[in-house]
Amino acid sequence: MQEVRVCPVTGLKVQKHAENLIKINAIMAVISLLIGGIGALLLALTRWEAIHLLPADLYYRFLTIHGMNMLVFWMVFFECAGLVFASTIVLNARQVAPQYGYLAFSLMLLGWLMVNYIVFTGNFSESSVMFTAYVPLRAHPLFYLGYILFAVGALIFCILFFLNVYNARREKTFDGPVPLFTYGIAAAAVIAVFTLIHGALAFIPVFLWSLDIVKEINPAVYRLIFWGFGHPAQQINLAAMVSVWYLLSYFTVGGITPSEKVSRTAFLLYVLFINAGSAHHLLVDPAYGTSWKIFNTSYVIYLAVLASLIHCFAIPASIEIGQRNKGFNNGLFTWLIKAPWNNPAFAALFISLVIFGFIGGTSGVIMGIEQINMKLHNTLAVPGHFHGTVAAGTSLAFMGLAYYVVPLIFRREWLSRFFAIIQPYLFGIGIAIMAISMNTLGRMGIPRRTWETTFLNVPHKDLLEMFLGIGAIIAFTGLIIFVLHIVLTLLFGKKINGDNKPEFPLITESATSKTATPGTIVLAFIFLLYLIVMFIFNWYLLSRAWEVR
Amino acid sequence: MAIAKPSENYWEEKVETSEKVWISVSILACLFMFSVMVVWAIVGRQNPPQEAYRIKTSEFQKRVEAFINKYKIGEENGIPIVEAPSKVDLYMMGRMFQWTPILVLKKGETYRIRLSSIDVNHGFSILPVNINFQAVPQYEYVLTIKPTQSGEFLIVCNEFCGLGHHKMVGKIIVK
Repeated sequence: MQEVRVCPVTGLKVQKHAENLIKINAIMAVISLLIGGIGALLLALTRWEAIHLLPADLYYRFLTIHGMNMLVFWMVFFECAGLVFASTIVLNARQVAPQYGYLAFSLMLLGWLMVNYIVFTGNFSESSVMFTAYVPLRAHPLFYLGYILFAVGALIFCILFFLNVYNARREKTFDGPVPLFTYGIAAAAVIAVFTLIHGALAFIPVFLWSLDIVKEINPAVYRLIFWGFGHPAQQINLAAMVSVWYLLSYFTVGGITPSEKVSRTAFLLYVLFINAGSAHHLLVDPAYGTSWKIFNTSYVIYLAVLASLIHCFAIPASIEIGQRNKGFNNGLFTWLIKAPWNNPAFAALFISLVIFGFIGGTSGVIMGIEQINMKLHNTLAVPGHFHGTVAAGTSLAFMGLAYYVVPLIFRREWLSRFFAIIQPYLFGIGIAIMAISMNTLGRMGIPRRTWETTFLNVPHKDLLEMFLGIGAIIAFTGLIIFVLHIVLTLLFGKKINGDNKPEFPLITESATSKTATPGTIVLAFIFLLYLIVMFIFNWYLLSRAWEVR
Repeated sequence: MAIAKPSENYWEEKVETSEKVWISVSILACLFMFSVMVVWAIVGRQNPPQEAYRIKTSEFQKRVEAFINKYKIGEENGIPIVEAPSKVDLYMMGRMFQWTPILVLKKGETYRIRLSSIDVNHGFSILPVNINFQAVPQYEYVLTIKPTQSGEFLIVCNEFCGLGHHKMVGKIIVK
């Protein structure tokens, strides 16, 4: 029989192996975040060309380090913790075959070590190949092997997730439909399975090629298969983030989604159509026809965008319902004004929601338009977009969740209320300033992934680069506060035993009645108006370019 | 309630009016955005080219050299300057870390430019027009392009290609 404790706050059963797996994944996630974060600061201070901190070779090296540790390691380690949590504790169930969980973690750790060893110490051409590693750039074999081992480990966690859910049903710790959070994580896990299979298909041949066993890799085919991994990997983050938003709206204000049916259907739309978004990276590649591009880049007539628009309504609506049930029922926006802004989990939820929508989501839909992509492909607007999605969106949402993970799973009291409260604001606002600057520079043609652009003449370039740098410094401050606060809390924080409550209130009684959500509908239409304005503006910019067909 | 199971009949529960309105408007917005893309593909003047061929990198290099020999009018820092009539196909070759040749074009004329790379991926970015394409080795991408401004334009590589990536700057002159 496995060791089990009952959580004094939520009343859920916490089984030892599940808890351990969550802990080790969470710790590796935070370490990766720290490495990636230091890289981020150095890169931003290099792109701010008034400072131009790093020499060219170190700039490209840190670009690879930053990309791998943030986009792959921080995200996936955290998501593996999420997979375990959603399939065991939430369902009152046990971790099936925990030894395979530890094996999966070991593979991921080994992959992490190999990749980081190479990107930090390898010679330039074998290590600085970026997260994308486009063939025929040729990295050290250990780089590819590390990538593969990490992916296999993550794949095992996905399989264990499904086995856990199956087992929970079989052992009847749980019956009926799974909770919405687990449903969303299941969507992420399904997306993860086909993502990781693409990862293996892309990297195994390239690994053999780096060992001279395979003679040649077709560079265009590599790009196609790689993006079957690279883009859906971010859609795992998307589905996981939306699930965390639902969870946090419940934990922080007792929110419930206005319609379980609609929210679940939206997750299903993600599973069915979001993989088509891989085409976003191939819109100005040779070898693909217009109808293929339009069909895929629009996620099959925007059905996955429809899913995001549904969540864009359902998440704030969930918060509004929770708040109105607590009595903040006056007028359109009292529920929002009186929200628990001094609870970092809530602040993280709301800021990440707003930045994801207005900066990340909007710019993503626009740069995914087949024709407009000609004006944005490989410009600084691309990282501008995905810092709005994965940094301000997913990372901040995960940080918000950590404010509960530490007291509930690690059972330590946060050392400082002050630093916890300011952290999400610093991180979110910093990323927003940085991403807006990058989007603007990119729209004028400033390329991404390049050490020097001083010879390019672009209006307000110096000013925008300064904002990029300052935004990055603010965001880094938020990031380093988060990391240090966690580390110091785990080492020196007061142990939580028995009944003492986490310092940031966690609501375990949800709203009892579904109220109307007039405030949310107003906010949602403001967002839609913004999307349409940006859409038209970008078509206007395109219409002034040289004619090409 | 994101961590509790939903009510047994959650699939039969009615969707509230404001959410129904939102979903309907969202569907319309999605159809609108999709239609604009399709209509522009038919009548718009800026569309990604879809003409491309497979070609060996050595063969591509040979054709580029023949093209340069035939139409060369000068040289700048060792890079040939080439002016060819719009009725023939022009070439643009990316390699670590230069674009060859420098093309001289006439404003308002339509050209076919065969773009490729002979080593790794490069990004073909005409600035400050800001129009971007991917140069993939072993694939020839035919850009049918009409400059609508005159002046000197830079071609910046915007796909990471190695240590000298940021030095890879070429030129197009439009008369």
